[in-house]
Amino acid sequence: MLSVLFCVAQRDLLLAFRRRSDVFSMLSFFIIVVSLFPLGVGPEPAMLQNMAPGILWVAALLASTLALNLLFAYDFADGTLEQMLLTPEPLTVIVIGKVLAHWIISGLPLVLLAPLLAVQYGLPADAVLVLFYSLLIGTPILSLIGAIGAALTLGTRGGGVLVSLLVLPLYIPVLIFGAGAVGAQASGMGAGAHLLLLGGVLAAALALTPWTTAAALRISLE
Amino acid sequence: MATANINSSITAANATNRVHWFKYAAPNNFYFLAGRLIPWSAVVAAVLTVLGMIVGFLVAPTDFQQGDAYRIIFLHVPAAWMSMFIYVVMAFWSAIGLAFNTRLSSMMASALAPTGALFTFLALWTGALWGRPTWGAWWVWDARLTSELILLFLYIGFMALQASIDDVRRADKAGALIALVGVINVPIIYFSVQWWNTLHQGSSINMKGAPTMALTMLLGMLIMALAFWAYTIAITLYRVRCIVLEREQQSDWVKTAGEIL
Repeated sequence: MLSVLFCVAQRDLLLAFRRRSDVFSMLSFFIIVVSLFPLGVGPEPAMLQNMAPGILWVAALLASTLALNLLFAYDFADGTLEQMLLTPEPLTVIVIGKVLAHWIISGLPLVLLAPLLAVQYGLPADAVLVLFYSLLIGTPILSLIGAIGAALTLGTRGGGVLVSLLVLPLYIPVLIFGAGAVGAQASGMGAGAHLLLLGGVLAAALALTPWTTAAALRISLE
Repeated sequence: MATANINSSITAANATNRVHWFKYAAPNNFYFLAGRLIPWSAVVAAVLTVLGMIVGFLVAPTDFQQGDAYRIIFLHVPAAWMSMFIYVVMAFWSAIGLAFNTRLSSMMASALAPTGALFTFLALWTGALWGRPTWGAWWVWDARLTSELILLFLYIGFMALQASIDDVRRADKAGALIALVGVINVPIIYFSVQWWNTLHQGSSINMKGAPTMALTMLLGMLIMALAFWAYTIAITLYRVRCIVLEREQQSDWVKTAGEIL
């Protein structure tokens, strides 16, 4: 079963590597959105410092919804997804493999890039570290939940906007705990509680969403 | 031998006397049942709304803290209850539709969504009207307000997803799945005032102990809640009938049904 998981993940990573531009445009989108805020609200350092966790998290949310069409759309278009459904291997394992690969190509770069952008916003070192951890725990949840929306909207009209409408409300708890962790650290309460809650959400998402996504794929491809 | 015969005839008699509930799982049977139920629930809704308004605006005493501004609760609280309750009912029919592959359950879920969204919007709107004189702000980013707003987005997402899929059976199932995923939000809204100590006041009514409000206030609120129930039943059945007609237009019974109910 693990070999299936790694096989699927490896295949998706290889495909993503061959289509590097998709990942790069998503990352550029993330950087541009984050850079637009100081231009829009003004460059006062104190305000930017306060807003930084929220802005970085919202930008990460938007970038990851944009990246969701990379998850199943290509495989749906060329029929690979149908073959995957027909294999005797459990579909949930295949889904976990695909989500894992998707997180490595769309979530992990955001996690690694965010500290750099946080420094631009003048966040202190300990807050940057908390932001890094919160994104590290939070972005896999975004990929896991987003997979449900991506699977349900396969081949529908207006897929891109629709998937944001479906998925963004479900992302809100992740946003609240993720951005809240940095705020709690800044206010001296410590980020522990928020990060633990985020970890709890990750555990729940890991347990429940692959089954839901598999059911959604079956609905979309029947 | 004789007793066996009697027994079998008794069970047969019981079987014929019993109401066959599953009969109404068939859209063509339910269509006529709904047609008979709609006028009754519409009349009940109208009468109770008038009654509730009279109790709420004329009979109930003025609140000593909030003045007459509190009277919005006769719309606000029942609307907020309905917004959550309709989502749970929608998720219930979605689950039944997914599990047993019954067409009517999915039609019920789609018929409930617009009414649920309406009540969610109404709860938010009347809440803003109440918040302005009482809190001094139209909107605060309080846990209950925010989670109610998410509920509105969930309703809209459900309807948008169903609208974007042409194949109705796939639309039913996809909508059902997203409704079931979203149902996790309902307990969050309901308990938000207890879990987070927020600006939105706690529940004034609980099952244990005396209510913390005047009896006429409670009465007005309950009458309005019943009125909203009756309205929801009437409008949902009306919408279900439209959906049934739309989907079954190829079948014989629709062609022969004509305009009878």
